[in-house]
Amino acid sequence: MVRLLALDPLAIGDLLWTPLLIIILKVVAIFAIGLLVTMFMVWFERKAIAGMQNRIGPNKAGPWGLLQTLADGIKLFFKEDLLPDRADRFVFKLAPYLAFVPAFLVWSVIPLGGDFSDGKNGIVTWFGEQTRVQLADPPVGILLVLALSSIAVYGIMLAGWSSGSKYPLLGSVRASAQMVSYEAALGLSIATVLLLAGTLSTSGIVANQDGFANWHVVSTGVVPFIIFLLAATAELNRPPFDLVEAEQELVGGFNTEYSSIRFGLFFLAEFMNTVTMSGIIVTLFWGGPQGLFDIPVIPGAIEGTIWFIAKVLLFLYVYVWFRATLPRFRYDQLMDLGWKILIPMSLGWFMLMAALRLGRDQDWNQAVVAIVSAIVLIVCAGLISVAMKVSRANREREGATF
Amino acid sequence: MELVVFVIAAAMVIVGALGVIVRPNPVHAALSLVLTLFGVAVHFVALEAHFLAAVQVIVYAGAIVVLFLFVIMLLGVDRTEDITIEPFKVQRPMALVVGVGVIGLVTAAVSSSRDAIGRGNGLEIPTVTGDNDSNVRQIARSVFGDYVVAFEITSVLLVVAVVGTVMLTRRIKSGKGES
Repeated sequence: MVRLLALDPLAIGDLLWTPLLIIILKVVAIFAIGLLVTMFMVWFERKAIAGMQNRIGPNKAGPWGLLQTLADGIKLFFKEDLLPDRADRFVFKLAPYLAFVPAFLVWSVIPLGGDFSDGKNGIVTWFGEQTRVQLADPPVGILLVLALSSIAVYGIMLAGWSSGSKYPLLGSVRASAQMVSYEAALGLSIATVLLLAGTLSTSGIVANQDGFANWHVVSTGVVPFIIFLLAATAELNRPPFDLVEAEQELVGGFNTEYSSIRFGLFFLAEFMNTVTMSGIIVTLFWGGPQGLFDIPVIPGAIEGTIWFIAKVLLFLYVYVWFRATLPRFRYDQLMDLGWKILIPMSLGWFMLMAALRLGRDQDWNQAVVAIVSAIVLIVCAGLISVAMKVSRANREREGATF
Repeated sequence: MELVVFVIAAAMVIVGALGVIVRPNPVHAALSLVLTLFGVAVHFVALEAHFLAAVQVIVYAGAIVVLFLFVIMLLGVDRTEDITIEPFKVQRPMALVVGVGVIGLVTAAVSSSRDAIGRGNGLEIPTVTGDNDSNVRQIARSVFGDYVVAFEITSVLLVVAVVGTVMLTRRIKSGKGES
């Protein structure tokens, strides 16, 4: 049982008051940070898109319109909560929480800071107790993120179904198909990282990336990062993969029938997922709180947080950028990209990395291993493209129209 | 503490399992199944099998039940059904007999092998060290070491099943195999 709680160096040994208070403090802090950051993200997205479209964007509530999201949230609270006649009452009420709670829980495993230099492993000392700047460091770390994202699928799926209405159902069926398809590519690109890190725990993955050459984006050869970025965008149902709420086709997608704070929860979950997913990208590929250089004066632990925030901001901007620039995919293009390109590519790259790793462990000639694997991969890619051509020709002969 | 966790998880499993068979709406039944699977995952965590717990949620709750729900929604069989109607007459008495039989067998097996657990009975009890990833290592050693043949054969079986499904659902326009 002690080990069940040992997600943190704090909780090892007898549970005393100071560690308990620190844990409670961390929970409250993470909750507050999560909400604040989401608020900021909504504002940031509106403001950045406005800038890209030559508009001003929110500028009335608070300085630079920063409190706009808060005002919108309060307004949502006071709006009438509609329950459609044909809705499945229990599931309809449950669905927003199924979307919202996993979005929040992901925060708990992301290392938000800490000093990872000189093998300190991100452990900091607060009030005489050793701890990490992350709520929990479970042994399954990154798998927990995958598990939570698969629970989030339920929120969207059940929201659409329980509304008892056509467009939400179509939106939710699209969403779940999309999320399940892209989860495979997501998982395979994470596997490549795990191959190098040799551990599932998020703090372990960060600790493995000391120095720019060891950041996984470099050491896995960029490809898994690109696959992860694309698959994550699809997993978040963000543009250009936002077929779930394609306004022109589906009214508003799975949340059409939702109003008031229930809609607010979906909205919040969506933006929070964007922030947490950026955090996960940074943790997996960009060294998490590990910096490129030492910032003078500021102590190590705070420095980590500064680096982390800077990197997350970069990816938040990338997501907004995607949204403002790219037109939406067609549904068949989305499925083609997922199944025929991203999954085979991530699998192939994973095999290549595994072969190189094995070659290094066995002291084989690296160049020979690389050349042989490359040839094998090219042959596989050729076979896949031949198979796709044949099946396309077959379908066309059978009278399918494209 | 351990007992509390066990009782809560067991209650989740049992309530979920009952829900699967008594809920008239297929979607609710599928959701009850999710509850059961979560209960099992909690049991795994309490047994320090963190990896299995995560995989349980990712694979069963995240993929398989989502697939169930997907099929239920796509086929439009998500109406509430009258479960008092019995399409197959002998099914329920048979189910009762089989259920009682399974409970009897499990109880007998547990009670007869109770003192065997913990003795040197060939079952190697893995030692959990402070290593966070010992779970994954041990599973990987047995799956890709001791049981690698069985593992590979299972994966071949799955590929055969997938290819078979694709072949069965393919519609050939001309010829005898219409739909």
